[in-house]
Amino acid sequence: MKLVIAAIKPFKLDEVREALTEIGVRGMMVTEIKGFGAQSGHTEIYRGAEYTVNFVPKVKIEIGVADDMADQVVETIEKSARTGKIGDGKIFVLDIEKAVRVRTGETDDDAL
Amino acid sequence: MKISKLLAASAALTIAALPALAQDTGAPVPDKGDTSFMMMATILVLFMILPGVALFYGGLVRTKNMLSILMQSTVITALVMVIWVLYGYSFAFGGSGTYWGGLDKLFLKGVTMDSTAATFTDGVVIPEYVFIAFQMTFAAITAVLIIGGFAERVKFGAVVLFMALWVTFVYFPIAHMVWGEGGLILEMGALDFAGGTVVHINAGIAALVGAMVIGPRIGLGKDMMAPHSMTLTLVGAAILWVGWFGFNAGSNLEATGGAGLAMINTFTATAGAILAWALIEAMARGKASMLGGASGMIAGLVAVTPAAGSVGPIGAIVLGALASTICYYFVAVVKNRMGYDDSLDVFGIHGIGGIVGAIGTGIFTAPGLGGTGGDDYSIMGQTLIQAQGVGITIVWCGVVSFILYKIVDVVIGLRVSEDVERAGLDLETHGESAYHY
Repeated sequence: MKLVIAAIKPFKLDEVREALTEIGVRGMMVTEIKGFGAQSGHTEIYRGAEYTVNFVPKVKIEIGVADDMADQVVETIEKSARTGKIGDGKIFVLDIEKAVRVRTGETDDDAL
Repeated sequence: MKISKLLAASAALTIAALPALAQDTGAPVPDKGDTSFMMMATILVLFMILPGVALFYGGLVRTKNMLSILMQSTVITALVMVIWVLYGYSFAFGGSGTYWGGLDKLFLKGVTMDSTAATFTDGVVIPEYVFIAFQMTFAAITAVLIIGGFAERVKFGAVVLFMALWVTFVYFPIAHMVWGEGGLILEMGALDFAGGTVVHINAGIAALVGAMVIGPRIGLGKDMMAPHSMTLTLVGAAILWVGWFGFNAGSNLEATGGAGLAMINTFTATAGAILAWALIEAMARGKASMLGGASGMIAGLVAVTPAAGSVGPIGAIVLGALASTICYYFVAVVKNRMGYDDSLDVFGIHGIGGIVGAIGTGIFTAPGLGGTGGDDYSIMGQTLIQAQGVGITIVWCGVVSFILYKIVDVVIGLRVSEDVERAGLDLETHGESAYHY
């Protein structure tokens, strides 16, 4: 089992969700995050007080997938989230040790 | 002294304070239009404080300190109102001394619903209770304005104690000197229609001294201290503008052309100031901000406050633009250079705006510049008188405020601990969070 973690631009979320649904992904967790990479922040000025905001709003998606789905999921996210401009985001893949479906108690691949 | 003698003495003083009564057959009776107008004006000024100033200031602080602003605004308003009817009205308007009004109207002795207060027109009066209430809101708003100077780091108990002392030893005497019969600054011939000195310079200086005594916020210049809600700040500023018609036009004390002049000036000066601030900011920073727009709005309103009844509407535009220009400089340049943390720019906008307005009144009241003028009006002469009034206010307020801050610091302590300041005043002082989401 793999945990796919992706940080993407917020306005891309709907597109990514639709693309993933099309390949059979039936659940995901979404968090609003702040981050930076190559993309820089911005400056705000309040009556002469200048603040540099280094972090840019992003959206993090976390999905637990079966091993044989992982590559396809990564590729789908990559294609639907890409704009070609700085700040498009990153995708990481981690190993999952155990998974449980809370409603039924099913484990591992049956839980995904 | 027997109550009956005290009542008789205050009744005599009340009647003596009415110039209209001299040779008329009967006492003048309030006109219903004037009375309604003044009652509405009074409520508008209350609206300026709650929620006007409360939201204007509240939006400018960080989320963790929002309630401290709302709470201080609310409690100080109530405190000053009670003090006003106990002895504040007497100290400010109870008599005709040079420096204060005396003790004759302590606890509003002698005032009944039939008592009247004079206006600027012979023979025209309004109910004294309405006058008392109207002036009461002025005292309250002045005190509440000050809290911006030491926002996000002051002890709640210290603020309450300080305000009780401050209105007693600064606001009441200066209100009397500028507006009360026999008052020092009034007798000099200074013009302060609605309180440029009494309210705005007073609050500005007290806030500046407070900011310097209490010291800057932890993390100033490094931590993110941006306003948590510019939306609420604009709501507050807009409420202030609307309420200011009660503040300025109401200071005419009757519903006449004079009130109409104050009203239109309150529009044009503010408009000029907003445009000027936005323009300056666009040129200096490349972007005109909402905070700049709101600040310009307030700067213009402050500047026209002493001038509302005597300048012309076109002159008012210039006055407003001038105030924005100078206030912008103080807020964006001087404050950072001098290093004082006047957190919500009470001095930068109310103090400086008040000074510009008070002195500008001397210039723009001239008939040649559209003003109402006066007998043998001279710009130089009047401006000099205005400057003297401003000077007296600054010195009295500055010195006494400093002493009072020091006293409160010894008795209670002005500033919260570093831990409390970092956690936020709301949770630690009031046991509440402004938002749960």
